Amino acid sequence: MVKINGEKLDVAGKTIAEYLATTKYDPKRIAVERNGDIVPKAQYPDTVLEDGDSVEVVSFVGGG
Amino acid sequence: MNNDKLIIGGHEFNSRFILGSGKYSMKLIEAAVKDAGAEIITLAVRRANTKEQESILDYIPEGITLLPNTSGARNAEEAVRIARLARELGCGNFVKIEIMRDSKYLLPDNQETIKATEILANEGFVVMPYMYPDLNVARDLVNAGAASVMPLASPIGSNKGLATKEFIQILIDEIDLPIIVDAGIGRPSQACEAMEMGAAAIMANTALATAGDLPMMASAFKNAIEAGRKAYLAGLGRVLTRGASASDPLTGFLRD
Repeated sequence: MVKINGEKLDVAGKTIAEYLATTKYDPKRIAVERNGDIVPKAQYPDTVLEDGDSVEVVSFVGGG
Repeated sequence: MNNDKLIIGGHEFNSRFILGSGKYSMKLIEAAVKDAGAEIITLAVRRANTKEQESILDYIPEGITLLPNTSGARNAEEAVRIARLARELGCGNFVKIEIMRDSKYLLPDNQETIKATEILANEGFVVMPYMYPDLNVARDLVNAGAASVMPLASPIGSNKGLATKEFIQILIDEIDLPIIVDAGIGRPSQACEAMEMGAAAIMANTALATAGDLPMMASAFKNAIEAGRKAYLAGLGRVLTRGASASDPLTGFLRD
């Protein structure tokens, strides 16, 4: 299982690009962190999610 | 006045009003930016919402500098992670450090803020730390590579004004970086007063978000900030400790 934004998902073995393709995220408007490290956009197709990974997918919202 | 630029990390700005974007409709952002005359707008970073297709970035006019904050961070490490994510979002390298341990008063953790400032300044960020106004901490932030210092006027979102006035004045007098008063400014008159004191800029969010007419209040703040800045540059008249001083010629008439 891979924890993405706090939710355990059965996506181990998929690349980040493959995972994102199953979501409605706009790839231009998100940033991805895997196990505490930034994953640059160019590496989405090459980064394979592994069992036990913790991933954050974030975007901008209003704030002060 | 045309040459009176606000310089943060080598970037020049004409406006001295930093606008928050929280707690109001994205649809009001464009009007708020325009009526505020703002050139910098703050944003937060949060877990992306799969269902929400709208992005706040679609509502921010071209040419506006984005200032992501690290709200949600409870320590330096989390602030650094949020800052890196914000930069990866591809909108520049400005960051407002905001680290809070306590959710009741939302007071900034000055010690963790110094640590995060040093790490992020070394990574090339333009670091604007939000802090509790303390001269020693401000000096540490300067040494850590901050591009400005952002002391709070009163608790975030309180609209209570310049509760920390004396201590902000000390920072203005002693710190050789732009002092940007952040948090707690609730009225244009308070923004004006801070600018008269020599603050470099004002950051406001809740004062606008909770106003009756947001764009009109943005315009009121713009005028107040400009008035305060002009007054500061002009040099305020002195205050008498006692007595009075006539404004009219003292030559008597209508009497012997």
